[in-house]
Amino acid sequence: MIALLKRDLMLAIRAGGGFGLSLAFFLIFTTLVPFGVGPQTGVLATIAPGILWLGALLACLLSLDRIFQLDWEDGTLDLIATSPVPLEGLAAIKALAHWLTTGLPLVVAAPALGLLLNLPAAGYLWLIASLLLGTPALSAIGTFGAALTVGIKRGGLLLSLLVLPLYMPTLIFGALCVVRGAAGQEALTPLLLVAGITLGSLAILPFAAAAALRVNLR
Amino acid sequence: MNSIWEYANPRKFMATSAFLLPWVAGLAAICLVVGLVWGFFFTPDDFRQGSTVKIIYIHVPAAIMAVNAWLMMLVTSLIWVIRRHHVSALAAKAAAPVGMVFTVIALATGAIWGQPMWGTWWEWDPRLTSFLILFLFYLGYMALWEAIENPDSAADLTSVLCLVGSVFAVISRYALLFWNQGLHQGATLSLDKEQNIANVFWYPLVIALCGFGFLFLALVLYRTQTEIRARRLKALIAQERMG
Amino acid sequence: MTLRVVDLACARGPAQILAGVTFAVAPGEALILRGANGSGKTTLLRTLAGLTPPLAGEIITAPDAIAYAAHADGLKSQLSVGENLAFWAGVFGTKDTSAAIDAFHLGPLLDRRAGEMSAGQKRRLSLARLLVTGRPIWCLDEPTVSLDAENVARFAAAVTAHLGMGGSAIIATHIDLGLPMAQTLDITQFVAKRIRADDPFAEAMG
Repeated sequence: MIALLKRDLMLAIRAGGGFGLSLAFFLIFTTLVPFGVGPQTGVLATIAPGILWLGALLACLLSLDRIFQLDWEDGTLDLIATSPVPLEGLAAIKALAHWLTTGLPLVVAAPALGLLLNLPAAGYLWLIASLLLGTPALSAIGTFGAALTVGIKRGGLLLSLLVLPLYMPTLIFGALCVVRGAAGQEALTPLLLVAGITLGSLAILPFAAAAALRVNLR
Repeated sequence: MNSIWEYANPRKFMATSAFLLPWVAGLAAICLVVGLVWGFFFTPDDFRQGSTVKIIYIHVPAAIMAVNAWLMMLVTSLIWVIRRHHVSALAAKAAAPVGMVFTVIALATGAIWGQPMWGTWWEWDPRLTSFLILFLFYLGYMALWEAIENPDSAADLTSVLCLVGSVFAVISRYALLFWNQGLHQGATLSLDKEQNIANVFWYPLVIALCGFGFLFLALVLYRTQTEIRARRLKALIAQERMG
Repeated sequence: MTLRVVDLACARGPAQILAGVTFAVAPGEALILRGANGSGKTTLLRTLAGLTPPLAGEIITAPDAIAYAAHADGLKSQLSVGENLAFWAGVFGTKDTSAAIDAFHLGPLLDRRAGEMSAGQKRRLSLARLLVTGRPIWCLDEPTVSLDAENVARFAAAVTAHLGMGGSAIIATHIDLGLPMAQTLDITQFVAKRIRADDPFAEAMG
């Protein structure tokens, strides 16, 4: 399983697109927002938490279809399925690798983008905390979606359609945590709820993803 | 041994549903006509909401059936996963478009009702938003069915999606309550309270609700028959090809 | 460990392909599967590997005994030969890749990226993976595709050595590998293409 993780990280670094692409997307998305809503700092500060969370979510979505697709196409998935690694473990590792290459960089970059959007000072801590606790759920849910659609050619669009409704609770609580934090209100409750969703997703979804993979490999 | 699982055999299901369908469809028609005509023309206007309240006879039953259709899909998906009865999976597939149409009806009538009442067609109220999300769930579920060629794989994968989706749908419901308190009035029908609307409105509403229930049942039976025939056709073509 | 297959029925998607497949492969033995294209060799091997559940019958063997090699090489083009092998060694919990490297003469290519290699070289790398798995029963699907004569000989030598150490192999192939202790099984006799017996839509609806 460690070998799997090592390989996925190595591939992400070598293939170029892994780390950089979603980060660049996050930056561009955040940069485009002021062009759409106008440069008034007051407006931007109000919508900054939502925009940052939405940007992180969409950036996560961008790389989901590659989680299993490449391994499926070159036959690696068949071979891993006949190896001692259980598919549940594979799904968990894939989610972890996706988070390390996509979620974690987004968490690190988010405060800088918060500056661009005039996020109030009180919000930064909550922004980092909520993204840190929330993005693993996005990766786990995304891995499940990727497992469902792995056998479908050009399944990327379908994957988004399936995954985005599942992302909704994480987005609601995550963004709410930052909104409340930035306004100096109590923000711990939504943060704990985000953490709860993440823990629940991590506990259940690898099994669902493995079941889906098994069906797709048949 | 007579057991309910007998009906999981496609042939038995076809025979039974062919017998039931006219009765269910007839009951649906009678209940809908009686409930809606009574509701629209023979109930007084509400003292606050005027005659706009009468849309309730479509809005509430459609909304209830929209949720129940998903519940039915959840149950039939579970039956497929556990007992692998093909008809169960096909019934889930058949119920999805029906449930989606009920969701759209609930959303549309809600908008028409909301405009004069709240002065807006759409409000990001938890109840309204839940139905929008439900609509998206239906859409994704149906898209997944369409995208997968092998019918057994499609049944398996959509079942997994339905199970996981149901969990997230429940979480979403509570997330939305947390997110926005909302304008929507309380539940029209509920079990734990004394009936919270007056009897004059209640009787036609219950009849309309039965009508929508029978309508749903009839449509699902009919669509399941179609799905079974489509599968039979597929099997015949495959047999033909393999000689 | 003898692999014993009893009355196996295999399916691909909604169709049954093979039925009544029965054979046994003892340690040190090889079984060559013959049959025209589309007769079900790949389906049988995927069923043996545990990827496709059998419709009927039994596959009796120790758990985790089978190493499977498919048409697809399963290589990562961004990783070097050494890294690809080390990855599979990690997945299968074995350490030593040197035997695999020697058997398929991969030493000179060790630092080459898999993406820069020819089809035959990739094939050698994907066959070397079998030695890394450390599993006794090899299930190979057309292993010699795109190999030249020299490397077919290398492959035959590797299989012979594997058999000599008490391993066994089931190989779907059209060429003669000259293996000792090899029996040939023509699967044409098992071909039974029809709708799966468990498909309730196969019967008339009346």
